[in-house]
Amino acid sequence: MPFRQYISRHFDELLGKVEAAASPTRYAVLRRKLVLIMVAVAVLPLSIMSVINFEQYQNSLSRELQSPMRVLLNKTRSAFEFFLAERTATVSFVAAAYSFEDLADEHEINRIFQVVKQKFEGFVDLGLIAANGTQVSYAGPYKLKGKDYSEQSWFNEVIFKGRYVSDVFLGFRHFPHLVIAVQHLTEDGSYWVLRATIDTRQFDRLIASAGLEPDMDMFLVNRNGVLQTTSLNYGKVLERLPFEMPGATFETNVRTFTDPEGRDLFMAYTYFPETEYALMAVKPRTSALKTWYTMRTDLVAIFLLGVLFILVAAYKLMGVLIRRLQESDERRELALRQMEHTQKLSSIGRLAAGVAHEVNNPLAIINEKAGLMKDLMGMKADLPDKERYTGLIDAIIRSVERCRGITHRMLGFARQMDVKIENIDVNEVLKETVSFLEKEATYRNIELAMNLADPLPFIASDRGQLQQVFLNIVNNAFAAVADQEGRISVTTWEKGPDTVGISIQDNGCGMNDDTLKHIFEPFFTTKKGSGTGLGLSITYGIVKRLGGDIAVQSKPGQGTMFTIFLPRTAPDGASKS
Amino acid sequence: MSLNMDQWKVLLVDDEEEFVTTLAERLSIRGIQTRTALDGETGLRRLAEEAPHVLLLDVMMPGMRGLDVLRAVKREHPGVQVILLTGQGSTKDGIEGMKEGAFDYMMKPFDIDGLVAKIGEAVAKAAGGR
Repeated sequence: MPFRQYISRHFDELLGKVEAAASPTRYAVLRRKLVLIMVAVAVLPLSIMSVINFEQYQNSLSRELQSPMRVLLNKTRSAFEFFLAERTATVSFVAAAYSFEDLADEHEINRIFQVVKQKFEGFVDLGLIAANGTQVSYAGPYKLKGKDYSEQSWFNEVIFKGRYVSDVFLGFRHFPHLVIAVQHLTEDGSYWVLRATIDTRQFDRLIASAGLEPDMDMFLVNRNGVLQTTSLNYGKVLERLPFEMPGATFETNVRTFTDPEGRDLFMAYTYFPETEYALMAVKPRTSALKTWYTMRTDLVAIFLLGVLFILVAAYKLMGVLIRRLQESDERRELALRQMEHTQKLSSIGRLAAGVAHEVNNPLAIINEKAGLMKDLMGMKADLPDKERYTGLIDAIIRSVERCRGITHRMLGFARQMDVKIENIDVNEVLKETVSFLEKEATYRNIELAMNLADPLPFIASDRGQLQQVFLNIVNNAFAAVADQEGRISVTTWEKGPDTVGISIQDNGCGMNDDTLKHIFEPFFTTKKGSGTGLGLSITYGIVKRLGGDIAVQSKPGQGTMFTIFLPRTAPDGASKS
Repeated sequence: MSLNMDQWKVLLVDDEEEFVTTLAERLSIRGIQTRTALDGETGLRRLAEEAPHVLLLDVMMPGMRGLDVLRAVKREHPGVQVILLTGQGSTKDGIEGMKEGAFDYMMKPFDIDGLVAKIGEAVAKAAGGR
């Protein structure tokens, strides 16, 4: 699975399994990846939360904005329904209260019409229509008596349903009006219809009195989308709405809506259950959502600020972490290399001890055999070439002496591997150490001066470690000085009641300040290719461990002086093993 | 009361036969009565037969170790002076031996005159102690 491989590869890197990649860039890559992961982990929930918050806030804000519209619409619808119901009831009452004969009488119907018109606004005319569709009598401003309605669809509908409320129309009256017609059944089964016309300018008054906000547009339409009142946005009475009617529902709905002119709107609508009308209101969203937009800007700003903060924090934190990691890696590597070095020295030491011991016994035999030969020759006065043989034997014995010196030195070196604190004569350790290099000094004609304070107090320290320290520094001095004119001086003195000072000075090539600054750092070397860069760092470590101090002074071309101060008593931490 | 060199009695215990015979001959040439043994047990037996003034004892031997022999000698024949011979460059064994009661120690290879001088001192001590 490639994804899995990808993940595992990256995590191997994070966990440092890929040792081969242990380069400085690795830490940069590691840092980048960790920062990315951390930012992702932190930003993802933040984003999700922000989006959820955003949605919820938007929803609740919308509801908050919608509910006044809903209330207003319901109120206005009730007013409309009441208005229509009242007029319908009036017509029904007139039809029930008067007989056909009463109403057929022009005077009587006129009188009734005047009363109705006074009591209820909006009545334009009133007419009685017989079962055959002929207008029997009429009260109103038009001459409609005798008009035959039998072919008109509303007449059939009123016969069928008992009552009828028409859409708004202009008709031959040339102003918007609607018709309310009520069928009256007599006891003998015959029927007649009472028809009233209502001036729908009353509707505009109803809407105007609803208390609309200035940017709100409310209007009445029929189910086919034809305006029944004048709309501010979409035209006059009887014009068609420029958009599709929403699905019929008797509940009040509010929804967002973009009209054909591209305005973002809230649209609220409700259908009338009894009649063909729907009441509709629109309101621009922009004005309604002004608070919302400010809120959204704040939200985005806070989100971006948060992300920025996380980014910076992650970056800084990871920087610190990675630096620690790098340091600990380096320390671990140094410790490993030091241990390796110590182990190497220790096995060399053991080998040297073994060799020295094994060689000493045959050396003793050679020594005794040669000695015996000399003894025997000494007893024979007349031996020919006696002088020559004696010379040869003396040469053998001298060589044995030399070998003895070597093996004893090797054993001395081996001894230093046993780490232990003992009472040490620093002068003796220095002499022993320098003796390793005396041969080289002679070959290269380097002057080796020992200015040792005598007596020098013994110190409690580790002999082997001290030997290593001195050897490292003297070795460096040898590397620095030139043949013939090189001069190395080793000095000891009692620095104070509790401190012994040792200085090793050479007149070699010296070092510049840059080199001097890094001289005790691990892996820093000027011996490109041949040096490990560990010598002086180990030296430094040992001196510190022994409770001492080391300092260096140098000038390019003039030479270098290392100064070491050792305490007379071992530090508490030093092992006594 | 000092003894002449030809009255000195020395027992040499070392596992290196060549070393033992040669050194014994050289000591004999100098008039010192020298007997030898090639291991610790034999050495202790020889010592029991006739106690010498000085025991020259190798520290590193197979079988009974030099320091064990030293302890046994010091227990049973406290008058016998022991000079340890050591192939180890270290003075550790020597110093330990001195603590156990050895007279002195010498590191191999050594100069015969130095050894004889040391034997002389030991004999003087052994004879004086009796």
